[in-house]
Amino acid sequence: MAQDWKSYEPLLIPDIPNLQEIDVYEDNDGYKAWKKVLSDQNKWSRNNVINEVKAANIRGRGGAGFNAGLKWSFMPEPDGGPRYLACNGDESEPGTFKDRKIFEYNPHLFIEGALIAGYAMKVDVIYVYIRGEYISWVHQLQKAVDDAYEKGYLGENILGTDVSMEMELTYGAGAYICGEETAMLESLEGKRGYPRTKPPFPAQKGLWNRPTTINNIETLANVPLIINNGADWYGNIGSEEHPGPILYGISGHVNRPGVYEYPSGVPVLDLINEVAGGIRGGKELKAIIPGGSSTPPLRADQLEGVTMNSDSLKDAGSMMGTAGMVVMDEDTDMVEVLWRIAHFYKHESCGQCTPCREGTGWLEKVLIKIKNGEGEMKDLDLLLDVGNQMEGRTICALADAAVWPVRHTINRFRDEFEARCKKSAHAVA
Amino acid sequence: MAELSFTEEELQEIERIKAKFPTVKAATLRVLWVAQNKYGHVEPEVQSLVAETLDLPKSHVAGVASFYTQYYKEKKGKFVLDVCTCLSCQLCGGYDILHHLEEKLDIEAGETTDDGLFTVNEVECLGACGYAPMLQLTNDVYVNNLTKEKVDTLIENLKNGKKPEFESMAMPELEKRNQAASE
Repeated sequence: MAQDWKSYEPLLIPDIPNLQEIDVYEDNDGYKAWKKVLSDQNKWSRNNVINEVKAANIRGRGGAGFNAGLKWSFMPEPDGGPRYLACNGDESEPGTFKDRKIFEYNPHLFIEGALIAGYAMKVDVIYVYIRGEYISWVHQLQKAVDDAYEKGYLGENILGTDVSMEMELTYGAGAYICGEETAMLESLEGKRGYPRTKPPFPAQKGLWNRPTTINNIETLANVPLIINNGADWYGNIGSEEHPGPILYGISGHVNRPGVYEYPSGVPVLDLINEVAGGIRGGKELKAIIPGGSSTPPLRADQLEGVTMNSDSLKDAGSMMGTAGMVVMDEDTDMVEVLWRIAHFYKHESCGQCTPCREGTGWLEKVLIKIKNGEGEMKDLDLLLDVGNQMEGRTICALADAAVWPVRHTINRFRDEFEARCKKSAHAVA
Repeated sequence: MAELSFTEEELQEIERIKAKFPTVKAATLRVLWVAQNKYGHVEPEVQSLVAETLDLPKSHVAGVASFYTQYYKEKKGKFVLDVCTCLSCQLCGGYDILHHLEEKLDIEAGETTDDGLFTVNEVECLGACGYAPMLQLTNDVYVNNLTKEKVDTLIENLKNGKKPEFESMAMPELEKRNQAASE
């Protein structure tokens, strides 16, 4: 790690009162990057902006971790028709609650990042899609967007240049699947959130069949930092292969749950014990889910030396995901936990693909049986078998996301599951 | 039910929404919200109004309304208490809160009290995992870090017409962050 996380000063959510007010944001170098790009469009040509972001290697913060600049470079050359940037503020994966901090505390940083992204990809309209439950934050972001329009950072001939861009805010109505990028496009088009088959990829045929790039809110909030300070500076924050500041959401059995900003690569145990104040009630740590419910759980004995970045978590047998870590203490019943996760995926399957629609239901049904003490040992194999038949056989990754926790929770906590399935536990009729 | 219609003001709002998108269809979700905010639900006749106003097939509007959980396809109580019981809330006592509400209001999750005042639902992740357990009040503000006592106060306040206000949860974390760094 390039620096000690304890001496880190937050960049995405700095401790500046009323930063959500545009005047305060401007007083703290706000919109400096945007002005910099617009005032020297030779130096900051579209390609140069893309290359700088590509070199910084911002890995998408929505969970997939793909290089954002590379994603931008997939947009085809302009052909005179409309082009879009769709900003994904639909965070809904259990354990993940970070983007609303940006909406609430530093909305202009996101708006500025989205504008620079929009400029680099030459988009006409930036759509921001926020989950419907976040209506309080929709209102907060709308105020920030209105203020940005008023100051001339958005709209026609931005700051007297020939660059024009609109930003429209919209929101969903309760559906986890709309966080999947193509389902979000369908929802933005006013339809049921059914994911689309790829290819064609959104960069070719996205919103209304026009070139569209989809980026996560936190990802875009990193962009002004890179333009202001350069890719090299950015690459020195946190771990090398997954650099930059990260909003860590920490929830579950810790003393101080919440969203904390630190560099990537903070040791998992430091996050739990020092940042989040340790396990509640002085209990022992049992397990964590590192980055949202789809990321495989890790037992406490698997966490020594593991840091919050993709390589380290992959080596440990899990994934970075959204860095929304769920912490579980020694009393946690993993059967109950897995059942509740399975229930979530069954509820949120859009129903379009049979393996997911039926499979998520089966996973939940078998887990209810086990949880109620009616399970048999062969049910554990059945769960793994159903999972194998779901994974990779659907349009989107929701089925995979439902399978991973089942497979890895059973494998890593098999004793607990077997104990619940033992026939001797039942009264003989 | 009397003939349903949007007021002139609501129609203007709908025009503003339509102008945000290149197709009328794209306005479906937002106009369903306008309708639900007016009528409190989107039962079939409300869906028809939305379809007629946007000149879209009723089947499309019905398909959208049925897909998204926040649209009420049947009448709900004056106050809807959506209790999150998903992962982090489950770990921190979400089910205790849900069952406390069920007992207190003498209904089961999904039901409405006889006086039509409260509906209690068990819902999936609301993205407030660090402030668990929590609930959302009728598609509006979040009420965080619930205890049974906090729930009791909330119910009393709602009965007296006093709704909770938006509660910011982030700044205390920053203070804690600084504290953690200095430890």
